[in-house]
Amino acid sequence: MFKGKKIIAIGERDGVPGPVIAECLEGAGYEVVFQATECFV
Amino acid sequence: MEDGSKPVRIGIEGVSYSLAHVPDLVRYGSKPLRELRANPALGEKLANHLRDFNSAIAYAPHQVYIGNIPPEKLHELPWPWYEKLIEGATAAGRFGSLVDQNRFYTLLAGADQFALVSFEERWFHDRATKASPRRAPRLRSLAEIQALCAKGALPLHSGAQLVGVFEAGHAEDASLAAEVLLENLAAKVTASHALRSALDQVGLDSGEIDYVISCSEEAVGDRYNRGGGNLAKAIAEDVGCGNASGCDVKAFCAGPMYAMVQGASLIQAGVAEKVAVVAGGSLAKLGMKFESHLKNNMPVLEDVLGSFAVILSSATPNQPCMRLDSAAFHPVRAGAAPQAMAEYLAEKPLARMGMKLTDVDRYAVELHNPEITVPSGSGDVPRTNYLTLAALAVMRGLIEKKEMADFVRARGMLGYAPTQGHIPSAIVYLGHALDALRSSAIRNALFIAKGSLFLGRMTQLSDGCSFLLDRNDC
Repeated sequence: MFKGKKIIAIGERDGVPGPVIAECLEGAGYEVVFQATECFV
Repeated sequence: MEDGSKPVRIGIEGVSYSLAHVPDLVRYGSKPLRELRANPALGEKLANHLRDFNSAIAYAPHQVYIGNIPPEKLHELPWPWYEKLIEGATAAGRFGSLVDQNRFYTLLAGADQFALVSFEERWFHDRATKASPRRAPRLRSLAEIQALCAKGALPLHSGAQLVGVFEAGHAEDASLAAEVLLENLAAKVTASHALRSALDQVGLDSGEIDYVISCSEEAVGDRYNRGGGNLAKAIAEDVGCGNASGCDVKAFCAGPMYAMVQGASLIQAGVAEKVAVVAGGSLAKLGMKFESHLKNNMPVLEDVLGSFAVILSSATPNQPCMRLDSAAFHPVRAGAAPQAMAEYLAEKPLARMGMKLTDVDRYAVELHNPEITVPSGSGDVPRTNYLTLAALAVMRGLIEKKEMADFVRARGMLGYAPTQGHIPSAIVYLGHALDALRSSAIRNALFIAKGSLFLGRMTQLSDGCSFLLDRNDC
């Protein structure tokens, strides 16, 4: 059901990093068009 | 506890922490500068939410920072700290001091070797009696200052009054723009102030320091070498460390931890006898969360430049020491997950010394003040880090899940550092750790800092560095 859906993944340093979110979403069929990890402090 | 390795200890002679309260420079923080350019009407709102110096002095996290209140006491102090000010609080602390904006401007003038900063002559004379600069300041008439501002120089204010100007170091070099050089000079003078204070505290002559490491955040350089560096030597010169050289160590927020490890290594190797690890404040991070503070009708709490200085030398019996053999780094292969950080920066180095996570009496992590970060949705950073360590202890069967809150409470602390990046990253606890080790309130403390390398867009990785502090009872 997620196949072909485009998604942006933003991770957080002290939480879940961007590449990890991207890997999970790709596994579920999403097309990750951009991923990054951010630091909010 | 079985010690699995031969301890290598390096002495910590002294540490100082200072805060420069610079409300009228908040507008030059990276975030406010960008937002105010897009929406100049925000300026008045920002000005109405700035704190005065007395409020900054009496702010509980600042009193913890300069050593007048132990971090454990913060649990007992009522929230919001910015309203429940500490009665009788002083600007002078056990570890350092709070410096007001006028004093900061004087320091700026005193450290400027390139005629970058000028002050309005009458204003300067009116207030210079309180704090004379070491170098004669460049003074100008108000008309001259206004003319320079009209040409693009950076105005310096005291409240609503235009009192000075900061000029670019080169007309076409973005690395020497006024905004950049103001950041760099601010880092230099606040680091110098902290180092002078550290030397005074331990009764050391500046000539006895033979190596200075700056872990300030600024990339000092020109267009051909933006991060050219060696702010350390400029700081050494400013403080009168005539026998010292040095260099900069940079690793995002983990910079100070790497600097400590490298400074200690120089001593252990016999390259240097007394090393100063110093950092000045990050002007770019002033007002980083100001929009959420305005939205919540709070004072803009990111109005201080933090700085510190540590003097390292050989270990002394019965004194707190840094265990150089405990130093640990986050390797490339570890990946970026917080659990991997906790494994590589806490569990593995402790195991190397025959210790477990529950053998550490106090963890110093990213000690950002939650009163600054929670309103912006950035969460309680230290609590998140402590919970990760507690969860790892549960996974290893060292504590029960229901004991996680006790683990956090007993071995952690509330955050109290301004969001200055390198400053909150564990190193801010060093002064209190020395006190607690000397009084035997704790047996040891593990310092863990992280660096957000991915922000520089050169790698997706994070980074981290840790080391243990204990007492040299051998």
